[in-house]
Amino acid sequence: MRAAAAALAALGLAVLLVPPLAQLDQQLVDLRSAGLPPSLAHPLGTDQVGRDVLLRSVYGLRVSFLVGLVAASASMVVGGLVGLAAGSLGGMPDRLLMRLVDGFTSVPHLLLGIFIVALFAPSPVAVVVSVGVTHWTTAARIVRSEVLSLRSRPFVEAAISGGASRSRVVRRHLLPHLAPHLLLAAVLMVPHAVWHETALSFLGLGLPPHLASLGNMINDGQRSLLAGDWWSSLVPGLFILVPTLALGVLAQHWRDRLTPRLRSELSL
Amino acid sequence: MLEARDVTVRYGRQVVLDGVSLTVEPGRVTGLAGPSGCGKSTLARVLALMLRPAAGTVTVDGAAVRRWRQRAPRGLRTAVALLYQQPRLAVDPRLTLTEIIAEPLAAAGRADPGRVAALAAEAGLTGDLLGRRPHEVSDGQLQRACVARALSLEPRYLVCDEMTTMLDASTQAHLVAVVEAYRERSGAGVLAVSHDDALLARWAHHRVRLGGFEGLES
Repeated sequence: MRAAAAALAALGLAVLLVPPLAQLDQQLVDLRSAGLPPSLAHPLGTDQVGRDVLLRSVYGLRVSFLVGLVAASASMVVGGLVGLAAGSLGGMPDRLLMRLVDGFTSVPHLLLGIFIVALFAPSPVAVVVSVGVTHWTTAARIVRSEVLSLRSRPFVEAAISGGASRSRVVRRHLLPHLAPHLLLAAVLMVPHAVWHETALSFLGLGLPPHLASLGNMINDGQRSLLAGDWWSSLVPGLFILVPTLALGVLAQHWRDRLTPRLRSELSL
Repeated sequence: MLEARDVTVRYGRQVVLDGVSLTVEPGRVTGLAGPSGCGKSTLARVLALMLRPAAGTVTVDGAAVRRWRQRAPRGLRTAVALLYQQPRLAVDPRLTLTEIIAEPLAAAGRADPGRVAALAAEAGLTGDLLGRRPHEVSDGQLQRACVARALSLEPRYLVCDEMTTMLDASTQAHLVAVVEAYRERSGAGVLAVSHDDALLARWAHHRVRLGGFEGLES
């Protein structure tokens, strides 16, 4: 847990501090330095047009995870509200909303994402809209099933019997129990959103090619793999992997802390 | 008077209650006995407005119930308090005992720490327990909190669904005494659901038996 927090803190600091302090221009093309392996001047090598891979990965981490976080948050908020409405209202609204979810999930979501993003010029906003519109159904299903389970629990019935309004039941008894599940779903959604950003960028529909995103970098780097430049795609790949694992560990820890019984057991 | 008339409840194709009628009179204790699985808890939930019957009517002091659960008018919902057999399932595991007892008062916009403390004391909960969460107290202590919560809005009827089944004899006696004191003070009607005939013989003014699908026998 401490290692995960330290890794995230280090990456967070790098993302915040490196861009303003960097001496090098991450977009500067220097063909004399193209494809250099890791060295003192370029600790993680250079890509096929001579740009510093470490510096560009830090920039890419910033862009990709910002896009991933916003997209995952948007899909969680939309899906969470739909699931909450369906689960707590029940009856006809539930059936209508769930058929809408079925409709969205019946279409391959990458294809739908490509269709949506093609409506815009390549930009971070287009990727966020594309991922948000195609991924809210996961959160809607998770939240709805959890609300249905909670609604039938005696303690929710006791709150209703005690005169709690619909909004109070949601606020006081449903949302606190939903939060850990939504949190985990959101954390798992972030790397998935980054993957979508990668796929869309690969197709020329995601982020503009000059923008250093981890997706753009992996796609650029995979072209150099056969030439032996393993670092230009491995490094951005690790920049996705490490924060994803760290976020997963921290989310698990937070979920345990949000459950009072588990929290007491952890403190023993 | 809390009255269920010709109530039928089905879970899917299975008929659990078939044309059952029952009356709970104000100021009196009605004992409802019957074997396990005969529908006692289902009838208790119908009377507490938490389960819509497939057929039949429920009236609370003459007011016919037309909507159930969250859709039932707040005044009718809080007129009948339901005490569950398993207190551990009947409380939000995230809340402290104080918050559990205070919940109905807070929902009514009448938060009153003094009243919460008085209710807790009446139910036999000491101050050191009030800051604890459900997993940190015993079933008996938790049921005491549930009784305090049920009495917080001074309901006109109390439906005690096997309230004391899982508890030791002294806690059982104390909780029955608390409910009895409330009944005598407020004139509330009590439905005591139990398969413990000895308990009902001592507690209830009259007893009815629910047996399978045959309806009630006085």
